Amino acid sequence: MSGAGAVTRQQSRMRSFFAELPLAGKIGFALVVFWLAVAVLGPLLAPYPVGAFVTNDVFEDSSIHHWLGSDYLGRDVLSRLLLGARYTIGLALGGAVLAVVTGTALALFATVNRGWTDEALSRFMDTLISIPSRIFALVLVAAFGSSLLLLLLIAAIIYMPGNYRIARSLAVNLNEMDYVQVARARGEGSVYVAAVEILPNMLNPLLADFALRFMFIVLLLASLSFLGLGVQPPDADLGSLVRENVSGLPDGALAILAPSVAIATITVGVNLLIDALPGRTRSVPAER
Amino acid sequence: MASIAANPPKRPSSTVREILLLILIRTAYALLTLFLVSIVVFVISGLLPGDAAQEMLGQSATPGQVAALRHEYGLDLPAHIRYLSWVRGMFGGNAGRSIVANMPVSEIIADRLPNSLVLAGLTTAIAVPLALFIGIYSAVKRGTLIDRALNITTLSMVAMPEFLVATIGVLIFAVHLRWLPSITLTSKDTTWGEFLRSYALPVLSLAVVVIAQMARMTRAAVVDQLGRPYVEMAVLKGVPPRRLILWHVLPNAIGPIANAVALSLSYLLGGAIIVETIFNYPGLASLMVNAVTSRDMALLQTCAMIFCGAYLLLVLIADVAAILANPRLRSQ
Repeated sequence: MSGAGAVTRQQSRMRSFFAELPLAGKIGFALVVFWLAVAVLGPLLAPYPVGAFVTNDVFEDSSIHHWLGSDYLGRDVLSRLLLGARYTIGLALGGAVLAVVTGTALALFATVNRGWTDEALSRFMDTLISIPSRIFALVLVAAFGSSLLLLLLIAAIIYMPGNYRIARSLAVNLNEMDYVQVARARGEGSVYVAAVEILPNMLNPLLADFALRFMFIVLLLASLSFLGLGVQPPDADLGSLVRENVSGLPDGALAILAPSVAIATITVGVNLLIDALPGRTRSVPAER
Repeated sequence: MASIAANPPKRPSSTVREILLLILIRTAYALLTLFLVSIVVFVISGLLPGDAAQEMLGQSATPGQVAALRHEYGLDLPAHIRYLSWVRGMFGGNAGRSIVANMPVSEIIADRLPNSLVLAGLTTAIAVPLALFIGIYSAVKRGTLIDRALNITTLSMVAMPEFLVATIGVLIFAVHLRWLPSITLTSKDTTWGEFLRSYALPVLSLAVVVIAQMARMTRAAVVDQLGRPYVEMAVLKGVPPRRLILWHVLPNAIGPIANAVALSLSYLLGGAIIVETIFNYPGLASLMVNAVTSRDMALLQTCAMIFCGAYLLLVLIADVAAILANPRLRSQ
């Protein structure tokens, strides 16, 4: 009984969260939910096997058999897009989780230790932030290559310093709060203070920052794959699909338009949602 | 500037000296960051053993051949010596030899850099006035339907991948309307009309994100000013709206706006990578992408440092603009 009650309460909280969003936020929320569903279910819905050559016509237009037409080799664009979205979203989620977890952990570490630990870490992160993200990505890919795991790590390395900076400024403010001072005076260790007293109070802004990093990473990985430096064949994310079909650009082929629109709806959706979150004060930083 | 006049001008010479000192400190800080960035770039790009010497000679090369080629290009020296000679070389305009093109890096870059500057310059020339207009207009009309529409538009544009803008641009202007060529070709003897037509789509693709970002930051800066008491005073005094914006608000918002412009322009550096590639444009960014593909580290390092230097310069300009505009920042 009580379990069912909790579920309904949760449901009604979800419903009121959605109801309180402004229109743009509702659109963003819907786009995000849609793409997460595609990432989970996409390959099951795909009408054709991903690598199959299904038609003799390349760059076919939309038809009843091929909703999004065919690509430069006569493969079904919709099927490839459904699987490509899983790569794009999966890698970006992994990269964003890693960036936020390490960035926040280091920020808490710097905050509770202060002194030269804080000084050195912050100096180092400031240096990394001063390298434009795509330039940084090119250098890292040139040095390490671009397997799926490396791409995830590269994305995490590039967007971790930004999260560190935000988490540190949140943590430094919380560190001065009375209840944190009380916990220290009680003799709690730094791990306890960081994890129990400080961290729970910065979760909301961190969640918004996580969404922001996710959006940046989607754009970064799409750009890398578009340049041929990201996800390598036979795997293909949405950026790879744009690259493969770039020869259709002079004719404005659907095969290049569809994956571009897919990427844009993911990133725009996330951006609209973040902007509509309650209690947000900052504007989106120019970190892209 | 109005904000300076608002300070009690007791000892103007010392205030000027303080500002200069602050700007000097920021410049030194930027140079220190550039130095640290150069170490990071150098360390990362030299981290793995495989280098261009290996790549060039291929699988069949004997270890002796590889060693000889590495020696010829100085790749066998200790890292700190290579780093110092690289930094010294960059300051002297001699950034080493591209091992793939077998040409001095400085020559290759001298060939490409002007193209990138033309693209960035044209984009700036179009983006800045348009963004300032949109930003100021929506700040003045804040809260109205048109402001909300502009807000959602710019919010979406900020997150737009360049290749979507490029694709839609090609679709509309090259395929359907047939106004523009879809590929940028630059040769020496083009007329002005051809020149502008061939640049239209790359500039459009680059400008969309810059305009959106810049317009949002400009709007925020102007809205911030509009909430100040002096604006209320001016309104109560009966100052007409146009004069209020042009004479009262803009002089005070010029610092934050300059800050917004400089920060937004830094986006051009990353955007150019995609736009130059998609339109086959022979600029610095596409050169850097080629350097990654061929693992041409000397070329890659130099391109990376040029981009990082340009980025830090823009951030420095933004910082200085903020200092000059805000008397409270000066005392920090």
